[in-house]
Amino acid sequence: MILAIDTSIGSTVAVVEPSGVVRAEAGSEGTLGHAELIGTLLVRALDEAGIAPADVTHVAAGMGPGAFTGLRIGIAAARAFALGRGIPVVPVASHDAAALRHLDTNPAGPFAIVTDARRRENAITVYDGVDDRGLPRRVAGPELRPRAADLAADPLTAAADIVDTPAISAAALGRAAALALAAGWEPTGELAETEPLYLRSPDVTIGHAPKKVSA
Amino acid sequence: MHVTGPLILGIETSCDETGIGIVRGRSRAGERNILLSNTIASSMDEHARYGGVVPEVAARAHLEALQPAIERAIDEAGVSLSDIDAVAVTSGPGLAGALMVGIGAAKALAVSLGRPLYAVNHLVGHIAADILDADAPPLEYPTVALLVSGGHTSLLLVRDLTSDVELLGETVDDAAGEAFDKVARILGLPYPGGPEIDRAAAEGDPNAIRFPRGLSRASDMAKHRYDFSFSGLKTAVARWIEQREAAGEPVPVADVAASFREAVVDVLVTKALDACAQHGVPRLLLGGGVIANRRLRDVALERAAAAGVTVRIPPLSLCTDNGAMIAALAAELIAEGRAPSTLEFGADSTLPVTQIQVAVADPVAVEST
Ligand SMILES: [Zn+2]
Repeated sequence: MILAIDTSIGSTVAVVEPSGVVRAEAGSEGTLGHAELIGTLLVRALDEAGIAPADVTHVAAGMGPGAFTGLRIGIAAARAFALGRGIPVVPVASHDAAALRHLDTNPAGPFAIVTDARRRENAITVYDGVDDRGLPRRVAGPELRPRAADLAADPLTAAADIVDTPAISAAALGRAAALALAAGWEPTGELAETEPLYLRSPDVTIGHAPKKVSA
Repeated sequence: MHVTGPLILGIETSCDETGIGIVRGRSRAGERNILLSNTIASSMDEHARYGGVVPEVAARAHLEALQPAIERAIDEAGVSLSDIDAVAVTSGPGLAGALMVGIGAAKALAVSLGRPLYAVNHLVGHIAADILDADAPPLEYPTVALLVSGGHTSLLLVRDLTSDVELLGETVDDAAGEAFDKVARILGLPYPGGPEIDRAAAEGDPNAIRFPRGLSRASDMAKHRYDFSFSGLKTAVARWIEQREAAGEPVPVADVAASFREAVVDVLVTKALDACAQHGVPRLLLGGGVIANRRLRDVALERAAAAGVTVRIPPLSLCTDNGAMIAALAAELIAEGRAPSTLEFGADSTLPVTQIQVAVADPVAVEST
């Protein structure tokens, strides 16, 4: 049984069967309060799925892109839950979950998942169809673009349908993990592969010489 | 039957140290808590180029450090995660984004293990570090506690570790450790400033320059008797050096460092002992990373002895931010029969010391452990 956690935008937790059937999903679309909500959402999703923590075999972690502070809470929770049970974490790009969900109801032409990346920027990943595992095929991104950018004129997105995505679904994230697992996904132990998709360096300036205080 | 106390894993991520501690709590009154491991992963080196802790850098480092730190702590303690009886975590005060990483992990770990969670106060945790010192006699109450680090400078009156802690005063601007970092930069010394200032001060005269003692005037006594201020001191040091340079004279780095350190130490010890005298408490507990400063410990011990005050200093490895002190505080709460926290708390960057545990569950709703 896959426990899926994503806090890249809102806070969402789901339980998904290895076959991809969604057993339970609990969440809040609010973009704040991830730390407050995460524990209760975990309990609710497990309860609604009617399973115990010991029944979980994999934890799918939404790796972003997203607002850093919130994003980290879900990843920290996913890793700690997995550690507590001695099971692997399956890192999934949060946009992959949105793309999988988009494909449920839309044809498989090129499309761009667009999420709010704060600071008047959007995070964009472009997909085209599905690969042999049934997962959305990522062709470009994720990359940042100014919110005001003309996406129709941007080489990244010119050929793609724009899919504005206000929320990520942990159920879709869990389904993406189920597809990857069914196709033989195994943990590699490569940290680089499991690093959050921050897309930005920490916002700091290198210290300069102290300012003069005398008049 | 041999009865053992609960095994507690503490998670601390309030600043730049990812601390995991494992403590075997006492099962009866009179027994002692046992420290099994105290694992710390610091991101200090990553902050060095910025001259101070950068919250986003610290938060990213916590996320990467947590899992390996927990694994190491478990290993050192010779236990497995399934043996853990309770999880403890710092809810505040501290850097919000950093605290949230530990909170997210602690909640998920508690849920995955099916164990209760205790969300506790970081500052009170610094006091709890003292009860892990197996060689020290039990902590006596009331005691005044002086907690000094790069993140806080607080004077507390502790009547009981788990139920009655009062804030007497705290810094109104920079923390003492921050002042060391900033003055080190003014003197062209690297980060962190504490050890660097110490090294530079070794050959200096602490009485060479009379730098100001913040909030120590008679007129400050009414409102700020136990508060601290180090921002004026930093400015005074900068101004003194600029005047020297403007006059074309060399800057006596050793004397400046020694005199600055003396001003910090003097005001810390004076106010702490004043609190002891005014409250009739002949006990002073020191905690926080700046306690590693030998001059501070020496002056405190010397002047406390003259004032008839007994000083307690936890082992230095437990004075800096760590997870063991968080586990120790939870151990005491459990020994007192306190209910765990609910899962509904968040990070509180300004959590008051009066809130020793947050989000305490309704005891009736909680099955006893
Ligand atoms: Zn501290």
